[in-house]
Amino acid sequence: MKSLRTALGTLVLALLTAGCSLEGDYPQSSVAPTSDFALMIHELYADIFWWTLLILAVVWVVLAYILIRFRARPDSPVPKQIHGHMGLEIGWTIGPALIVVAISIPTIQAVFATQQGDPEGSLVVDVIGHQYWWEFRYPDSGLITANEVHIPVDRPVSFRISSDDVIHSFWVPMLGGKRDANPMRIRPEGEDPKYNWIHLTANETGTFWGQCAEFCGDSHSLMGFRVVVEDEAGFQAWQADLATPVAAPATAAADPAQDTTTADAAPAPAQVAQVDPLVEQGREIFHQQTCIACHAIAGTNAMGEIAPNLTLFGRRSSLAAGWLENTPENLQAWIKAPQDIKPGALMPGVAVAGGNWPATNLTDDQVEAIAAYLYSLR
Amino acid sequence: MSVATESTATAPAAHHGEPTGLWSWITTVDHKRIGIMYFMTSIVFLLIGGLEALLIRIQLFKPENDFISAELYNQLFTMHGTTMIFLVAMPMAVAYFNYIVPLQIGARDVAFPRLNALSYWIYLFGGIYLNVSWFVGAAPNTSWVGYANLTSTQFSPGLNVDFWVLGLSILGVSSIMGGVNFVTTIINLRAPGMKLMRMPLFTWMTFVTSFLLITALPVIAVALIMLAFDRFFAANFFNVAAGGDPVLWQHLFWIFGHPEVYILVLPAFGVISDVIPAFSRKPLFGYPVVVYAGVLIGFIGWGVWSHHMFTSGLGPIADSFFVATTMIIAIPTGVKIFNWMATMWGGAIRFTTAMNFAIGLVALFTVGGLSGVMHASAPVDLQQHDSYFVVAHFHYVIVGGILLGMFSGLYYWFPKVTGRFLSEKLGAWHFWTTLIGFNLTFFPMHFSGMFGQPRRTWTYQSELGIELFNQLSTIGGFILGVSTLIMLWNVLKSARSGAPAGSNPWGAPSLEWSIPSPPHHYNFPALPEVRSREPMWHDDERAAIEAVTLAEPETEPEMPGPSFWPIVVASGVTATWALVMTGVWWAPLLGLVYTGFGVYMWAFEDPFKHLKSSH
Repeated sequence: MKSLRTALGTLVLALLTAGCSLEGDYPQSSVAPTSDFALMIHELYADIFWWTLLILAVVWVVLAYILIRFRARPDSPVPKQIHGHMGLEIGWTIGPALIVVAISIPTIQAVFATQQGDPEGSLVVDVIGHQYWWEFRYPDSGLITANEVHIPVDRPVSFRISSDDVIHSFWVPMLGGKRDANPMRIRPEGEDPKYNWIHLTANETGTFWGQCAEFCGDSHSLMGFRVVVEDEAGFQAWQADLATPVAAPATAAADPAQDTTTADAAPAPAQVAQVDPLVEQGREIFHQQTCIACHAIAGTNAMGEIAPNLTLFGRRSSLAAGWLENTPENLQAWIKAPQDIKPGALMPGVAVAGGNWPATNLTDDQVEAIAAYLYSLR
Repeated sequence: MSVATESTATAPAAHHGEPTGLWSWITTVDHKRIGIMYFMTSIVFLLIGGLEALLIRIQLFKPENDFISAELYNQLFTMHGTTMIFLVAMPMAVAYFNYIVPLQIGARDVAFPRLNALSYWIYLFGGIYLNVSWFVGAAPNTSWVGYANLTSTQFSPGLNVDFWVLGLSILGVSSIMGGVNFVTTIINLRAPGMKLMRMPLFTWMTFVTSFLLITALPVIAVALIMLAFDRFFAANFFNVAAGGDPVLWQHLFWIFGHPEVYILVLPAFGVISDVIPAFSRKPLFGYPVVVYAGVLIGFIGWGVWSHHMFTSGLGPIADSFFVATTMIIAIPTGVKIFNWMATMWGGAIRFTTAMNFAIGLVALFTVGGLSGVMHASAPVDLQQHDSYFVVAHFHYVIVGGILLGMFSGLYYWFPKVTGRFLSEKLGAWHFWTTLIGFNLTFFPMHFSGMFGQPRRTWTYQSELGIELFNQLSTIGGFILGVSTLIMLWNVLKSARSGAPAGSNPWGAPSLEWSIPSPPHHYNFPALPEVRSREPMWHDDERAAIEAVTLAEPETEPEMPGPSFWPIVVASGVTATWALVMTGVWWAPLLGLVYTGFGVYMWAFEDPFKHLKSSH
């Protein structure tokens, strides 16, 4: 019994240690809901949690009582030989059955509530999983971005989820549960493709962390993304910037036809007007090299669709699908040797081939120039 | 308690008439020897699977760690899962089926002794084959569930998936044959008076599990054959570009996979349903209810598979159905827990190591069962699925349920197998290190999962704030590793020098405790007649039975002789599958010819030839 107490004490201590750190910053917490979808799940979870805790407490308390009360003593007689009790059996069948019903009813209600068709006026966002990055398309506006998706706050959004290769799973814990990104199979004519959907209305602005939740290959662990929830004006401005890239060729950079609504949202579009020779050099290299075979930048000759779209790349907070902070050092390291950071990445490095592409053989200066150019895309 | 001291314990004597030496083990068809080989082999794989787990835990000790590469990590977690399920948990249960079931029902062997040997050798060779992949640097790397279409040649061109698909196919053969053998044995070879409703619960759960083996393994066999056809013959079952459907794989896998969970856990339930009454000195409370609950779990277990697929997009109607069935299956499981507790209630509980592990199961399996109720709720599962929360859940089920149950059985039946007790002192160390290490490893995973750590991830970003939970898990993992070594040391030491145990050292009620420890190779000199569920607890009945079972017969019963052909056929089956990997179309035919030769020789072998020559 003494050792039992010791063990229980250790367990409680471990729990407390864990408990202390519950107060903290968890960007991928599934218990900090910031959308109606997440909140519905969270309330259901809290409900079930208390039921299960109640059952566990009953089992453990009764068990502890039994172990103390009925332990054999040297003078214990042979216990009364009881074979069963019908009433008890019926009781502990019906009791849990009632609890199960109590859990199932709100569960099934939530199952249907979370899987209704897309709400009126919702913004549809196509989510397309790739090994190992995320593509986002706005079918209404035709805009495309990657690894960092913007949505408006307080407006219904419908994520239409699919995959370009293997099965991934789209998960932004603070905004709600996950749905698998299944590859779209070829179907008989007239049969609609079957997408998975997540419908939600975010109720807080901020940047939320997401990550692929279905094992998808070598760099599954490094397949993150961000969801930027903005107020309506900010979202509209971002969309407008995406549609009209500020980084036009140097000669046209000062074009006054710039969308004026972006003036205050985008920090420094005017800076592009001052011709930075490094940026110019980077632009030249980027658009002459094989970069454009895979990457796209709106408004340029880069129209590749098999790698992340780089329009407004300079504004993103992370690179390599949420894995690295978007800094010049990280970007240059990435361009030099993507596979060192992300095994299985298809982008070629300076010295190593990637996918079907040979090594780029870029010099350090050239890499720096490309990085500078990409940062000018804001 | 007086019961335990009654049996006069002397040092176990080797029984005469039993061959010794390596060759006698290779050719043995004795269910007890095969059981021992199953157990020792599963322990070796437990050490391998445990080592893989520890490497995983070291890698996850700190964020953005690069102790091992992502490629190696993916192989490690795939092989950890595959090993622990197919090479440890299942065969360890089969080890107990083998050794214990014939003794519990009063049989001299299983129904098909040579088939039994074949099952074992295929298991061994299949396990070796899977692990050979390490030495060619191509261990399976697509997780133990091997979801299509990641397993296609397009996305997994190497040999890794080939090893996995072929290795599991080989192992499935072994399990199906085992299931056939035990169903037949339990139906046909019971001693007089051993009615179905008098069978010990362990035999009952073996019976249910065996039906599940026969019915569930063919489903994964079908899935594996489809995958093999996709990979080797460019079939398109899971190829989206040709209209194939990767979600089909998930259905097939989990139609097997969920009954598989009960294949794993029911034997452990059976063990502690025997252990708890024995050490409470009370019959199992609600015997028929516990039996029916086990049978019911076996049936309903077939209707819950899609709760593994709540995120894959089946639609609200299918989701609701599987929510309901999954909730329902919690009820018979709960009933079992309550009946175990009621068995202890009013008893005289002896805290032996076997009993401690059984109590540990009742307490900790409940945790896993209840977190299972949480993700039985489909919307909640959308958050928990494929996160470490689920990893915590199923380790509470598999370690807290299955492994603790198996350890309970180990301490309980070891004296029967060897004639010696396992050290209770080392047992206490084993138990407490297991309990502490286990909870420290897996409890924090609930939190790391809740805070967004997905499963099967090689590393995590420091910003997630889950470092502490992972560190606790890693420390716990090493404590579990130490506990396993203590267990191993106890087994090896006690087998040689443990305190001698008599025929019924625990004063337990069932028939296996009526014969000498270790048993004669023929188990029962003559068949005893059983008149109740607890024959050894009724003095008249026990006296009548022991008069038969402890008697030294004038002439030994005739037992089937050793056979070399099971190992030949097993190596043939393995070789045939392995040769598929060469990609040369006629290569597997060589294996088939060799296997066919073994089968032919087997078919015409006289199992009683050894008796004729010696007469």
